[in-house]
Amino acid sequence: MVTIATGAPATVRTQRRAMKLSTRKQGNIFSSPIASFFAVLIALVWTIPTLGLFITSFRNPVDINTTGWWTFLSNPSFTLQNYNSVLFEGSGSTPPLSLYFLNSFAITIPATVFPVVLATFAAYALAWFDFKGRDFLFYTIFAMQVIPLQLALIPLLQLFAQGVRFGSFTLIPPLGITGTYIPIWLAHTMFAMPIAIFLLHNFLTQIPRELMEAARVDGADAFKTFRMVVLPLSVPAIASFAIFQFLWVWNDLLVGLTFGGGKQGIAPLTVRLAELTGTRGGDWQVLTAGAFVSIIVPVAVFFALQRYFVRGLLAGSVKG
Amino acid sequence: MSESMWIHLAKSPFATVLPNILLLLIGIAVFGVLVVLIFWLAERTKDKTQNRLKYFVFLGPALLLLVIGLIYPAIRTLFLSLFDASSANFIGLNNYIWAFTQPEILLVLRNTLIWTIVVPIASTAIGLAIAYLTDRMRYAGLVKSLIFMPMAISFVGASIIWKFVYNYEPDLSKPDIGVLSAIVKALGGTPPNWLLTAPINTFLLIAVMVWIQTGFAMIVLSAAMKAIPDDVVEASMLDGAKGWSRFRRITVPMIWSSVVVVLTTITVSSLKVFDIIRTMTGGNFQTSVIANEMYQQSFTALDYGRGGALAIILFVGVLPLIVYNLRQVRKERAIN
Repeated sequence: MVTIATGAPATVRTQRRAMKLSTRKQGNIFSSPIASFFAVLIALVWTIPTLGLFITSFRNPVDINTTGWWTFLSNPSFTLQNYNSVLFEGSGSTPPLSLYFLNSFAITIPATVFPVVLATFAAYALAWFDFKGRDFLFYTIFAMQVIPLQLALIPLLQLFAQGVRFGSFTLIPPLGITGTYIPIWLAHTMFAMPIAIFLLHNFLTQIPRELMEAARVDGADAFKTFRMVVLPLSVPAIASFAIFQFLWVWNDLLVGLTFGGGKQGIAPLTVRLAELTGTRGGDWQVLTAGAFVSIIVPVAVFFALQRYFVRGLLAGSVKG
Repeated sequence: MSESMWIHLAKSPFATVLPNILLLLIGIAVFGVLVVLIFWLAERTKDKTQNRLKYFVFLGPALLLLVIGLIYPAIRTLFLSLFDASSANFIGLNNYIWAFTQPEILLVLRNTLIWTIVVPIASTAIGLAIAYLTDRMRYAGLVKSLIFMPMAISFVGASIIWKFVYNYEPDLSKPDIGVLSAIVKALGGTPPNWLLTAPINTFLLIAVMVWIQTGFAMIVLSAAMKAIPDDVVEASMLDGAKGWSRFRRITVPMIWSSVVVVLTTITVSSLKVFDIIRTMTGGNFQTSVIANEMYQQSFTALDYGRGGALAIILFVGVLPLIVYNLRQVRKERAIN
């Protein structure tokens, strides 16, 4: 209560905030040691499965199959052999995981860059161009989130393989891109559009109108305004969506499986791991090390950029 | 480079990937050059032309992708669902009748229903509890990060993690390597063959999804709790509301709209769940759900009619939930 005597507005504010903090703490019996205990307990339970996998991936195969991973302290062993063999030694005609790792990057980078750029374009137009039916168009695009991936799979696969024909009339010829990454890039880009446009539009409408007016008065056209005003201001929003899209594509199984499945040259890590779980379900030295190879990238991205990730999440929920 | 090295390279598995990596670089480069070129040209066109050009440049690609990638395929799937496996003969609603009369598919629909009820409720309840427990707690960030981390892991990765937890050792004399079996044995029980035993296997798969989605619920609800004005908290305190009663009477009502959004979002994800089932059981042992069955019918049985019908059923299930969320967003925009 000493601070009241000084009377300066700033101190009053600090003091009030301090009071609020303390009252909150008092009022919340859950912020007692018991509450903390339960919170930590839940966090531990949540971590144990991943920890078990992580520890197992560094044990030698004999130990893995004869003792529980939780005995590693009394029975310590450490080896990088599991990683070496899954990453660099293929089995029979199947290439090693490092190749699928490359595939995952080769799929994820364009499948993040393309939708981010094209959705920013569209969001800009929908936010700042004046034209008839603008709101209708925006809500239509937003509503397209209702279309589940599954609804588009078969026709899109057919389109990529055979083109589109009505009777004898060829609307789109066969594109000849099956077996390359291109269908996977395109599919991810298409499926990301509604949510990407929605999220970025929300952000771009918040740019102050005066700023856009000022750019126009200075003689900047739509393109220059985009380049000089909109783009620099929307970097945080773009980053936060880009992280989302990156994680989503990296972790995806369905698109990778349907548009790149069965083709060793282009299938991502997830597809290969799902396959391994089916064919070599008991080989835990392979599965644990393999799973960690696939997990490490998104988890690193997540911890490095958690702030953006959370912001993106709060801005518009998630897709899936 | 010597000839033998070339042969070695050509034989290595990387030979198949090299042209593809090249394609990656070309793809990114072409895209970048196109964007720069279009901007360069557009900024040099006359005002009148440019006014029309800007719609093509900014809106054109997105609209084209949406029409080709979503609208056309959705309509075509609806169309295919009225045809037989070969897409040649019109069979009306037979695929839908099949879906709602076959015992296997009824089981799939029942499982999907269980998923969409249990996952959202469990994840939201646990997420809400953690959000409240960690509100103003020290080291809350660390606790939250640990619970949130599964969100970053792929469903496939999560499935492998949990398959290991559920590992079953048929030979009772050998020590367990799966945590769950070990716990059950330590408590004096006999572990069943977890993933092969219906109906518990469905709930074990559901646990994986809850493990992933709880972090999402926690983050959104925690942010909503932080946004409750301090005056409200103080006023409730003057009224003597504490702990549980404050949680029930103040916290939950104040963040109810966020709770509903979390519930609907997780319900949609649960309706579409595919990876977990595909990786852990392949849909066997009575664990299949609609998205997995859709894949099975379309890509294993190659029956585009039945696959299409299942996709449409999935769409009809998702529709009301997303329409609800859409209306919420419109309402919020109208207020702002």
